Amino acid sequence: MTEQHIKLPEGSIEKATTTLNLGPTHPATHGVFQNILELDGERIVSAEQTVGYIHRAFEKIAERRPLYQITPLTDRLNYCSSPINNMGWHLVCEKLLRIKTPKRVDYMRVIIMELARISDHLICTSVVGVDSGAFTGFLYVMQYRELIYEIYEEICGSRLTTNMGRIGGFERNFNSIVFEKLEKFLREYPAVLREFENLFTRNRIFMDRTIGTGGISADRALNYGFTGPNLRATGVDYDVRVHSPYSSYEDFDFEIPVGKTGDNYDRFLVRNQEMWQSLKIIEQAYKKVQAFKGADAEIYHADVPEYFLPKKSDVYTKMEALIWHFKIVMGETEIPPGEVYHSVEGGNGELGFYLITDGGRAPYRLHFRRPCFIYYQAYSELTKGGMLSDAVITMSSLNLIAGEMDA
Amino acid sequence: MNNEYIKQRLIEHFGDGASHFEEPYEMLTFETPKDSNLKVLQFLFDDPELRFQFLTDLTAVHYPNQKGRELAVVYHLHNLVDNIRIRFKVFTDIEKPEIFTATKIYSSANWMERETYDFYGIIFVGHPNLKRILNVDEMNYFPMRKEYPLEDQTRIDKDDAMFGR
Repeated sequence: MTEQHIKLPEGSIEKATTTLNLGPTHPATHGVFQNILELDGERIVSAEQTVGYIHRAFEKIAERRPLYQITPLTDRLNYCSSPINNMGWHLVCEKLLRIKTPKRVDYMRVIIMELARISDHLICTSVVGVDSGAFTGFLYVMQYRELIYEIYEEICGSRLTTNMGRIGGFERNFNSIVFEKLEKFLREYPAVLREFENLFTRNRIFMDRTIGTGGISADRALNYGFTGPNLRATGVDYDVRVHSPYSSYEDFDFEIPVGKTGDNYDRFLVRNQEMWQSLKIIEQAYKKVQAFKGADAEIYHADVPEYFLPKKSDVYTKMEALIWHFKIVMGETEIPPGEVYHSVEGGNGELGFYLITDGGRAPYRLHFRRPCFIYYQAYSELTKGGMLSDAVITMSSLNLIAGEMDA
Repeated sequence: MNNEYIKQRLIEHFGDGASHFEEPYEMLTFETPKDSNLKVLQFLFDDPELRFQFLTDLTAVHYPNQKGRELAVVYHLHNLVDNIRIRFKVFTDIEKPEIFTATKIYSSANWMERETYDFYGIIFVGHPNLKRILNVDEMNYFPMRKEYPLEDQTRIDKDDAMFGR
C-alpha cells in the first residue's frame, strides 16, 4: 500500500491503524475462529488468524479406539460433508487391511459422497451470496440440502454427523425410500441450481463484489498447499478422484471444472460447476446400482467378518456370528501392523489420513490432513490491501469449516 | 518415473544420507539424518525431473522406546506432474528436538510445523512464528507424546464409585 488513509497530527502517539477482532464468534465467520485485522480506514494492512477454539484432540483419542469407533470422530471434521469423511476413513482402513469392496458398494459410496459434495458446495456458494447481501439464493438451495439430509437419515438414521457405513461397506442395504428420495432430488435439484445460478452468475452487483477480490496465483496456491475447488479456481486441474481414483471413480465420466484467477468469483463458479458434475456422477452411479439384479442387488458389504458386524439375527442364533460380534464390539480385533496414507477428495480438497498401526487394537498414530487448516494460512496474503467487506466474502468463499480446521 | 528411479537418484546424490528405503503400500519411504532434511527437500523440489513441489502433509510420531531417536518428523510430498507421492522421515532425540524449518521452501509448512511443535515439542529452527496453534498458549507440555496416555479404562486407583468405575 502506498498511501496512508488516516493522517495523524505531527507528534501524535496514537496508532495510525485500527485493530479489529473479527471473531471468534461473529456472524461473518460462520464458525469459531478469529481474525485479528489491522485496518487503515477500511483497508486491511495485515491479518492474523487464531484457530483452535473447538480443538477436540481427535488424533489423541483415536490412539485408544478400535477402528470402527473412529468413524464418529471423522464426522466432526468437515461437518458439512461428513459422509465423505466417513467413507474416507473406511477406505483407509480397507487399504490397510487390504479389503477389496464389491463394485456395488463402491457405486453406493459414490452416490453418497457426491450428495455430500453437493450439500457442502451449496452451503458455501449460497453463503457467499448471503455475505454479499443476497439472501434469497440461500433459501432456495437450503431446501434441497434438507432433501439430501433426508436421504442420509434413511440410510443411517442421522443427518449431520452421520457415522455412515462400516469397514467393508454399509451397515444395511439402501431401501426403496432412499432411491425414491434420490430420484426426487435428481429430478428437482437441477432446476433450483439453475435458478440459483441465474440469480448470481451474471448479476452485476455480485460480479463487482467478487471479481478480482481475494485472488491468488496458481504458484502461490500450490506453495500454500491449496487443494480442492480453491486450487482448481486458480487453474490447476488437480482432483484426487481423477489422479488417484478410489471407490471406482475411474468408471465414471465427468469433468474437472477449473477457473483462472483464483478469486472469489472463480471459486464460486468452480463450486457451482462441480455441483453439476456431481449430479452427472450420481446419475451414472444410480444407473450402475440399478443394473445389479437378483442376488447381486443384495450385496452391500465385503465379506470381512473380523470388521463387519454380523446381522443381529445371526448373532442370536449362530456361534460364529456371536464371536465376531463380541470381538468387534469389545474392540478385540488386532489390527495388522502397517503404515498407510490415503486421501479422498473432500468438500474442501484433499482429505488425507495417515495411519500407523503396530499390531495393537487401536492405531499407533493417526493424523488427519485437513485441507481447511492448510489453506487458511493464506488468508492474510489473500486479503492484504483489500477492503474489509471483501475479506468477509473471501472468508466464506474459501469455505472455512472450524471443525475441520481444529480437529 | 517410478519408486526405483527416485531411490537411485537419491542414493546417487546423498549416498548414505538417504537410507532405510521401504515401500509400504506402494509409497516410497526413506529416512535422512536430521541436519540434512532441508537439503533433501530442496533437492526434491528443484530437481527438474523429480519436482516434488507440493507438500501434502507434515507431522510427527513419537516412539518412546527408541533411545536417541524418539521423535520422527514425517513429510509427505507429491509430484503433481507425474502424480507420484513419497514419504520421508527425520528422526531426532527428544532431549534436543531441533529440526530445520521447511517454511522457506513451502509456505504451507508454516502452520503444519506450528501444529507439530504444539503437539510434540519439535523446535523448527528458523521458523518465523513458532508458537502454539491449536492448544492454549499457557500449556507447558506436549500432549501427543506417548507419556500422556488417555485414561485407561481398566485403572483401579481412582475412587469413582459413584460413577461406576
